[in-house]
Amino acid sequence: MTTVASFNIDYLQYLTPNGELVGDKKPAIATDFEKLKSIYELMVLTRTFDAKAVALQRTGKLGTYASCLGHEAVHIGIGSAMAEQDVFAPMYREYGAQFYRGVKMSEVLLYWGGDERGSDFSGPKHDFPWCVPIATQCTHAAGAALAFKLRGEKRAAVSVVGDGGSSKGDFLEAINAASAFQLPMVMMIVNNQWAISVPRKKQSQGRTLAQKGIGGGLPSIQVDGNDYIAVYTAVKAALKRAYEGKGASVIEAITYRLSDHTTADDASRYRPDDEVENARQFEPIKRMRKYLTSQGQWNEQLENQLLNTCKVEVETAVEEYLKASNLTVADMFDYMYDEMPHNLAEQKAYAESMEEKSNG
Amino acid sequence: MAKVTMVEAVTMAMAHELENDKDVVVLGEDVGINGGVFRATSGLAQRFGEDRVIDTPLAEAMIAGMTVGMATQGMRPIAEAQFMGFIFPMFEHIVCHAARMRNRTRGRLTCPLVIRAPYGGGIHAPEHHSESIEAMFAHTPGIKVVIPSSPSRAYGLLLAAIRSEDPVLFFEPKRVYHLNKEEVEDDGEEYPLDMCFVIREGTDVTLVTWGAMMKETLEAADKLAEQGISAEVIDVATISPLDMDTIHESVAKTGRCVIIQEAAKHCSVSSEIAANLADQGLYDLLAPVKRVTGYDTIMPLFKLEKKYMPNVDRILDKVNQVLEVS
Repeated sequence: MTTVASFNIDYLQYLTPNGELVGDKKPAIATDFEKLKSIYELMVLTRTFDAKAVALQRTGKLGTYASCLGHEAVHIGIGSAMAEQDVFAPMYREYGAQFYRGVKMSEVLLYWGGDERGSDFSGPKHDFPWCVPIATQCTHAAGAALAFKLRGEKRAAVSVVGDGGSSKGDFLEAINAASAFQLPMVMMIVNNQWAISVPRKKQSQGRTLAQKGIGGGLPSIQVDGNDYIAVYTAVKAALKRAYEGKGASVIEAITYRLSDHTTADDASRYRPDDEVENARQFEPIKRMRKYLTSQGQWNEQLENQLLNTCKVEVETAVEEYLKASNLTVADMFDYMYDEMPHNLAEQKAYAESMEEKSNG
Repeated sequence: MAKVTMVEAVTMAMAHELENDKDVVVLGEDVGINGGVFRATSGLAQRFGEDRVIDTPLAEAMIAGMTVGMATQGMRPIAEAQFMGFIFPMFEHIVCHAARMRNRTRGRLTCPLVIRAPYGGGIHAPEHHSESIEAMFAHTPGIKVVIPSSPSRAYGLLLAAIRSEDPVLFFEPKRVYHLNKEEVEDDGEEYPLDMCFVIREGTDVTLVTWGAMMKETLEAADKLAEQGISAEVIDVATISPLDMDTIHESVAKTGRCVIIQEAAKHCSVSSEIAANLADQGLYDLLAPVKRVTGYDTIMPLFKLEKKYMPNVDRILDKVNQVLEVS
């Protein structure tokens, strides 16, 4: 018997949980402290926002909300590695990436507050909206990537699924399409260990999820998803390959969902507290602060200033969200078609007349 | 002017748009060099290149998902589902994404895509190759559902579908792909996607149908004419949005209506038309609305398919029932 092909999955980490920089070849970003400080500030802002959004849901001011607690490094790593003209196909909790790309906090709140206007966001107009049907965004990203390739544009598509989503057909079909068409695409698996109540080990016996990309013929690696420097470096390299016409990549980022799945979930039903406590020592913000502090780039005074600024920014966003104009019944109808069919126009007129009656 | 079959008219419409709009691409299984299993894309890859007429991996969900993705980024993809029976993996992308994209982004992203699928029975095909499930799509807000019944309407309606700013499901009655040839000028003239077509004018009864059943319906109308009964025949053509005005207008004239469809009866397009007539046209009716449909059974394998599908006798049976009421 001979070996016809062999594969390996590399693991990338630059910043240890203690905030120490490791690895032989350190990327330039590791010492670009102005950049890292602004990234750290966005990580803290995202976490401040997240806590506020959960609080808004608990007090009845927001619908069900999917927290991003613990995912700040991987999300912002993705967002900050991408170019504006690239297209982002998120699932539904990648706010850090989206904030970096210009989506406003008030728009995230609008969406989870039950208002479609949230998805008409201030980020790049070509970015996909939040995608609730798991993994379907992967094939959309593949389609976008094929459009870029056919038009000869130097752009890439970036999709995100979770560990659960990596079990779905659309994820695997997108890997296959990315390979078959050699698409300019980066497929992220944000492995946060839990798909609602189902742990990572029940999704697959595979040693890694990254190796699913190998099956499709894509270069695939694992990164420490709580290490911003590693995520940024890996995504940047994958995007470079995509721009150069060398095809797609799969990146599995290992992180941990420190929150419930959503505010409608109670993780204490299925997840031991000590596991969560243990995971906290690996979380991304702490290690970035330790690193910046050790490099003389950060201190308690800056930290306090930042926390205050974040608080104010989030409060402003909440005010903006709460004062959004009311929706009308016409808003249900007006965006259904380019030209409204006459039978729908009749239903709209009826809905409006009933509305007038109930208001009158 | 060339005389063409329906499948040739489909090819002609796609070629016209590939020629005139650089954003148009065709994709699907076997649509490239092979020209599709029904030859609907015959010659297109050779003429426009394999970057515009694209053979995909064998994965229907992927085809639909990528079609959505391409459409949101400014292209006008025409995807082929090889048979309607294989469209189910595409269902999620059609219903959860294509149909909703404009609405959920307040018009920021749109899905100007077409998914074509040959449908219906009567060609002795294997299992899963003969279904008529247009109602499943017609029930979904946000998409248009179009079914041609002649070469000229296939050409004009498909042009309109490709140019539509909203997603269109274009179902082709494969039993009549090669049935008749018709003179169709390749003039780029599109047909409206919000209108029924009155195919034959009449005064005694309105026969409403679409797709391949047009053949049996016209044959039934001929037989009725021999008996001195004048049937008006309407081709619904665009199932969604449904043009009830044309149907109401006809029924106001004839007072009698029989709806003929190949699909199963329960919760079908004929149900919607009948409900509309009951709601808005009851006082025009001289007799109850009758429906000639496939049975509420699984579409049988081909030994029984002719027993399943409506035929002229079943149409005449229902027409006679409505004519008996005076």
